[in-house]
Amino acid sequence: MTGSFEPVIIGFTCNWCSYRAADLAGTAREKYPPNIRLIRLMCSGRLDPSFVLKALASGADGVLITGCHPGECHYLEQNYKALRRFLLLRRTLTQLGIEPGRVKLVWASAAEGHRLAQEITTMVEEVRALGPLNWAQAANGFGPEPVSAPAAAEGGAA
Amino acid sequence: MSANGKPKFAMYWAASCGGCEIAVLNIHEKILDVDANFEIVFWPVAMDTKYKDVEAMPDGAITLTLFNGSIRNTENAEMAHLLRRKSQILVAFGSCACEGCIPGLANLSAPESLFEAVYDSISTENPEGIRPQATWDVPEGELHIPEYYPVLRTLDQIVPVDYYMPGCPPESHQIAAVVDLVIAALQGKAELPPRGSVIGAGSSTVCDECPRARNCKTIKRFERIQLVKHIDPNLCLLEQGIPCNGLATSSGCGALCPRAGAPCIGCYGPAQGVMEYGARLLTAYASVIDANTPEEIERILDTLPDPVGQFYRFSLAKSLLRASKAAWEEEERYAAAHHH
Amino acid sequence: MSAQTNGQPHERIGVYVCHCGSNIAGVIDVEEVAQWAADKLGHRGVVIARDYKFMCSSLGQELIERDIVELGLTRVVVAACSPHLHEQTFRTACARAGLNRYLCELVSIREHASWVHTDKRAATEKAKALLAGGVERVAQHAPLEPLRVPIHPATLVVGGGIAGIQAALEIADAGYPVYLVEREPSIGGHMAQFDKTFPTMDCAACILTPRMVSVGTHPNITLLTWSEVTDVKGYVGNFTVTVRRKARYIKTDLCTGCGICQDKCPKKVIDDVFEAGLGYRKAVYTPFPQAVPKYPVIDYDNCIYFQKGTCRACEKLCPTEAIDFEQQDEYLTLDVGNIVLATGFDVMDARRIAQYGYGRLANVFTSLEFERLSNAAGPTNGRIVLRDGVTTPQTVGIIHCVGSRDRNFNNYCSAICCMQSLKFAHLIKERTGATVYNFYIDIRTTAKAYDEFYQHVLEEGTIFVRGRVAEVTDAARLPGEEGKLIIQVEDTLVGRQRRIPVDMVVLSVGLEPRRDSQEVAKLFGISCSANGWIIEKHPKLDPVATMTEGVFVAGCAQGPKDIPSTVAQGAAAAARVLAHIQQKEIALEPIRASVDETKCSGCRICNNLCPFNAITFHEDRMVTEINPALCQGCGTCVAACPAGAISGTVFSNDQVLAQLEGLLLRTVKGMQLEEGVPA
Repeated sequence: MTGSFEPVIIGFTCNWCSYRAADLAGTAREKYPPNIRLIRLMCSGRLDPSFVLKALASGADGVLITGCHPGECHYLEQNYKALRRFLLLRRTLTQLGIEPGRVKLVWASAAEGHRLAQEITTMVEEVRALGPLNWAQAANGFGPEPVSAPAAAEGGAA
Repeated sequence: MSANGKPKFAMYWAASCGGCEIAVLNIHEKILDVDANFEIVFWPVAMDTKYKDVEAMPDGAITLTLFNGSIRNTENAEMAHLLRRKSQILVAFGSCACEGCIPGLANLSAPESLFEAVYDSISTENPEGIRPQATWDVPEGELHIPEYYPVLRTLDQIVPVDYYMPGCPPESHQIAAVVDLVIAALQGKAELPPRGSVIGAGSSTVCDECPRARNCKTIKRFERIQLVKHIDPNLCLLEQGIPCNGLATSSGCGALCPRAGAPCIGCYGPAQGVMEYGARLLTAYASVIDANTPEEIERILDTLPDPVGQFYRFSLAKSLLRASKAAWEEEERYAAAHHH
Repeated sequence: MSAQTNGQPHERIGVYVCHCGSNIAGVIDVEEVAQWAADKLGHRGVVIARDYKFMCSSLGQELIERDIVELGLTRVVVAACSPHLHEQTFRTACARAGLNRYLCELVSIREHASWVHTDKRAATEKAKALLAGGVERVAQHAPLEPLRVPIHPATLVVGGGIAGIQAALEIADAGYPVYLVEREPSIGGHMAQFDKTFPTMDCAACILTPRMVSVGTHPNITLLTWSEVTDVKGYVGNFTVTVRRKARYIKTDLCTGCGICQDKCPKKVIDDVFEAGLGYRKAVYTPFPQAVPKYPVIDYDNCIYFQKGTCRACEKLCPTEAIDFEQQDEYLTLDVGNIVLATGFDVMDARRIAQYGYGRLANVFTSLEFERLSNAAGPTNGRIVLRDGVTTPQTVGIIHCVGSRDRNFNNYCSAICCMQSLKFAHLIKERTGATVYNFYIDIRTTAKAYDEFYQHVLEEGTIFVRGRVAEVTDAARLPGEEGKLIIQVEDTLVGRQRRIPVDMVVLSVGLEPRRDSQEVAKLFGISCSANGWIIEKHPKLDPVATMTEGVFVAGCAQGPKDIPSTVAQGAAAAARVLAHIQQKEIALEPIRASVDETKCSGCRICNNLCPFNAITFHEDRMVTEINPALCQGCGTCVAACPAGAISGTVFSNDQVLAQLEGLLLRTVKGMQLEEGVPA
């Protein structure tokens, strides 16, 4: 964990609240570290745990999940489902040895650009302190290039 | 083609329990169809063919190989590569070869803790703390045994696979159906599905074959089945709080376990086209937990103490993360040491 | 997950990186990013990569349109500002050139990169990653068409206050049928309770009742008072609404509104709705003389016949035999295309603020009670008197911000209380000549002619004390306080505590959402904020629409506001409804989920995940189906389905995962594009 490690964090945002908060951070020229890359979903309820797992398996050092505050979901109550999935996912990841600080859930309304920028900054430093995740770098060392079975099953070799 | 004109057939067991072999035998008299239509050239459980006999065959000489068991050590890997070279059609047969199955659960631990459990347990007499060694000098020379890979792999994680037959084991009626299909294809009477397909399974999930009544689902707590006073035999088990994996598990088995009063544990793997099995169960269970505050949700989740065991019992080695951090760290050291 | 799934061997992707003047180019090396896309993303189908100063300008858009035609582009990615600004712009440009609008992706490298990062190298590398995410994603896009649904020309307006009346009249005047449903026996809402309205001091009844009469007589308006909506099904353009018409026990085709039944009814009831508890009505009553419709209702819980089986005086005396004790509730099913919610507000219960003594100290009044006092048709015929009904107050204290701007009660400003308090001061001065104190925190007189009214009230001699009143008490301590209500307040402008004895206290209580606003929101499939006001689609740009297409909101149901703003919103909602009706059909964004029935096992996990009732289960086929017109596209069911049987457009798994791979600078097939990440 030298000073030169720059974590990569994938952030999932919801179209109505947290994505707009990120936009607001932009229009307000709030500054935060460039380590995060955002993906827009319509709702935090769209967040499939597979997305988080895929991100971690594909080189991300951390994942930030964001959405509307409970009670303010544009689609009325879907962020509660995101919360339930996040809590169960966190337990699953802990069993696999992934530190809880690497996957975080933050609620941010469309007006909270400054707060979102702060949360991102905090998370980048926390993940930096945890070090690179480097998941499955050793996976590619075996035999011929693994082939993903086309058409039928998407779940081919990592 | 062999001298008697029949296509060659092979079946091999890597890291497995032998149940797949038994499932094949369980097709009863249909085994005679296999014998009638194929020349069985390699089947360690049943025949005495040696590895060197297989090596001596021309590449592609074996028409159909059913490979069960997962890749635990160097021997499994070598045989996987060998049989891939020698076979036209290589089938990942059974859950171990497809997804890692129960041996895959070893991926939760680094090898040392597994060896400790095996070789240093209270019931093992091993005062010198001996561990298996890949090479060992004896007066007669150097002994070699297969090396243990820290992370267990599925068949397709090391060689290209033509078809997948899921199940622990695959149900005998499905095996029989596949046998019929292959025979018909060889006779030009049927088309095999595209390479990479899952065969011997259904197009939906176990719920499709399960006769139990189902309603809208809300989970207030998970129950341990042995502590449930009365299990309604006609109602969905998950609705009674009993974790059942049927909703994410590929159909094809006929929902045997729920019909018998036991929850599905997921041995048939994911539904077709799904990216990762465990995540589907995770999201489905979580989505219907009947709570909205973190405290209440955590309280309900406390009644499901082992999510990885529940969601990844058969599929851990094939999941997106595949193994625990500790196992991967050991794997990295192993790979570096062996210049792979 | 490859381009093959769309049937084409390879996409031809055009990449456009915008300078946005210096907004992007000042931090990100846009030429480098475009060049990088051309060099490194060719294997993903990028055939052209340009950078340009202002992509959203006509020249910028023409660049895209020309390339689509001349280079046969099948996909377009623009790296520029936020999709919330220009997604429609670029989609429309593509459509003009013959490329389906949903094959265009806009990646934000301004709000999410150049405006928020200072390290130019890092921002440039991040822009590359964001662009790669967009390119990978767009290769997975499919052409889509918006969903078109027909619009039924009838409209439901819920709430017969001034907002609902305004909306109903505008739509009806335009020639379309309106159902106006009102819970009380008469329309008019809270405005009918007021005496004068600020800032002009018009009499509320004078300006309201003509409107009420227009509603009552309009050929296009079906007025359903003493009624409630009990069920709403359907979606924009095609709502099916169930309305319960409560039994009035009066045959309205026979009743002439003569009022004999009210006169002769022996049962007096405290009227805590219209008279705010200050006056009486009878068990058979119209709420006020100018009620529309004129038909009374019988209050079941207080009618002597219904409770004890005797009396029936009204029945005996009605000249047209219009009393019908056997009448039942009636349920109507209405088909409408649009709904306007104008359900208004409740006032805060002042008893919650114990230190102001309301409910305990007799001469503490709420604003609504004061309106009834000062109203010439009210229980005191317009005389401003104490609770004894006789004594005129010599001094009055009016307290602003009661339960508003207060973290203990309601954290918001109720918008109208300052003007209302000034109005009270003016009326009290005018009618009684009493000494008036107004206790305020700020004076909020922002709209037209409001501040002039404040200046007028100042000139009239009302005394303004800037301080939040700590307590209203009758515990006299100092000379002159005996028999009075003492207002204890810190006068912040002089920096001293003061005890001011008054005869009467008027509390300008805050406005609150209706007590049942959460249930109403659920009924109509919209959302309320945590404190209960209906949430508008956009607070600035779309204040009368809700997130649910076809359901609009007007008036105080959306938040506290004065009458001019309420009327404006009623008219605005009517205009939106008329726009829908005129177009005869509406185009909905095709972000939808759908179930593959061959994969669906009927596990029903998704069945209770949809707040919009878009998900139904078919018991006969044991599969779930999603109604595309009801589906709002949140994707929750897509993410929940354990069988992977539900897919979603525009945010499909393939698209999101492809974007993820691109962001991590890897291609969909897992080949590392570039090792490592920025900075």
